Amino acid sequence: MTKLQDVEGARHATILGVGSYRPSRLIPNAELVEAIDSSDEWIQQRSGIKTRRWATPEETVTLMSVESSKIAMERAGIEPAQIDGVVVATVSHMLQTPAVATMIAHELGLNRPVAFDISAACAGFCHGIALASDMVKAGSAQHVLVIGVERLSDLTDVGDRGTAFIFADGAGAAVVGPSDEPGIGPVVWGSDGEQFDLIRQKEDWRDVLEQDNPSMPHLVMQGNPVFRWASFEMAKIAQQTLDRTGITVDDLDVFVPHQANMRIIDAMARTMKLPDTVKIARDIADQGNTSAASIPLALDRMLEEGDAKSGDTALLIAFGAGLAYAAQVVTVP
Amino acid sequence: MATTEEIRADLAEIVEEVAGVDAAQVQLDKSFVDDLDVDSLSMVEVVVAAEEKFDVKIPDDEVKNLKTVGDAVAFIERAQG
Repeated sequence: MTKLQDVEGARHATILGVGSYRPSRLIPNAELVEAIDSSDEWIQQRSGIKTRRWATPEETVTLMSVESSKIAMERAGIEPAQIDGVVVATVSHMLQTPAVATMIAHELGLNRPVAFDISAACAGFCHGIALASDMVKAGSAQHVLVIGVERLSDLTDVGDRGTAFIFADGAGAAVVGPSDEPGIGPVVWGSDGEQFDLIRQKEDWRDVLEQDNPSMPHLVMQGNPVFRWASFEMAKIAQQTLDRTGITVDDLDVFVPHQANMRIIDAMARTMKLPDTVKIARDIADQGNTSAASIPLALDRMLEEGDAKSGDTALLIAFGAGLAYAAQVVTVP
Repeated sequence: MATTEEIRADLAEIVEEVAGVDAAQVQLDKSFVDDLDVDSLSMVEVVVAAEEKFDVKIPDDEVKNLKTVGDAVAFIERAQG
């Protein structure tokens, strides 16, 4: 048997920099309530959302990704030529193929990196961070750009009382590279396909085309079971993640859960018995739920507002359609 | 075996913690939604905490039938059987 030569990667990986892009349209609850026969008060009570950001036609998935990536690369001190991997988490790139990651890489002027999209819905960013960390440690890439980007306004049924006020648009990016100390802890991830129907695109595209008046298949969600799973099952996953990383809630400075719903964030924090000293991301209040983009958007905001600082220990946990989830502890860049 | 009053009192503590309702208000004849202002998401939290506290299973389909505190206490008593 011929002996195969293997390569060695970096001993450890870390997040070197993050960046984000918030679309320009600020949509208050008042603009949405008529179509769903609701009120600003009810939406806030149900979700903690006051306003959300929706993209203009010009603010495409590619544009938002490119802009957030430029910021992340600049903060990381990494030149375009050094990026040799691009992983994009999204459900709202409307071209089945090719992957939007290839277009983003081209527009950023990168040097023909490995570039692909992943489909893990709201859990996508943490999946991307785990993949990028493994790529760097395996020697498959040196510096990987991880992007979470969504234009969920394209997929939102503005007449659906359960979801019209939830979803939003935006992008966030992180550069993952080699480091002397572990800056990205072990991932805890998985899925529960038995609950495949709880959050999903309503119809298969082929069924849409057979309709008399075909229209965009929207996202649908069963709120209460999702709330139960996210608030309680994910609190257990968060604890497992701390255990695997060898730390406790007392070692955390920052908690950045997927910004799904303020009620879920509150319930998770209660269930996890987070100490008051841990800063909790609450970007959802005026950004809405941006699925794969929500964690980098929220983390970037905490850095800007001084709620997180370089060197802090942060727990990231993302969860959503699938039901899929991923969590890891990271050192804030 | 816990008495009806003991179950009500424990449930009242849970409702107070989850929804911020004064435990003394959580009486058998009170409606979760109309009297105590416990909405459907808070109800999910109450149910999960109650499952743990009383060591019972409260299926999602059953939750909508638990309109009053008395309904919930009766369900827990039956489930503990």
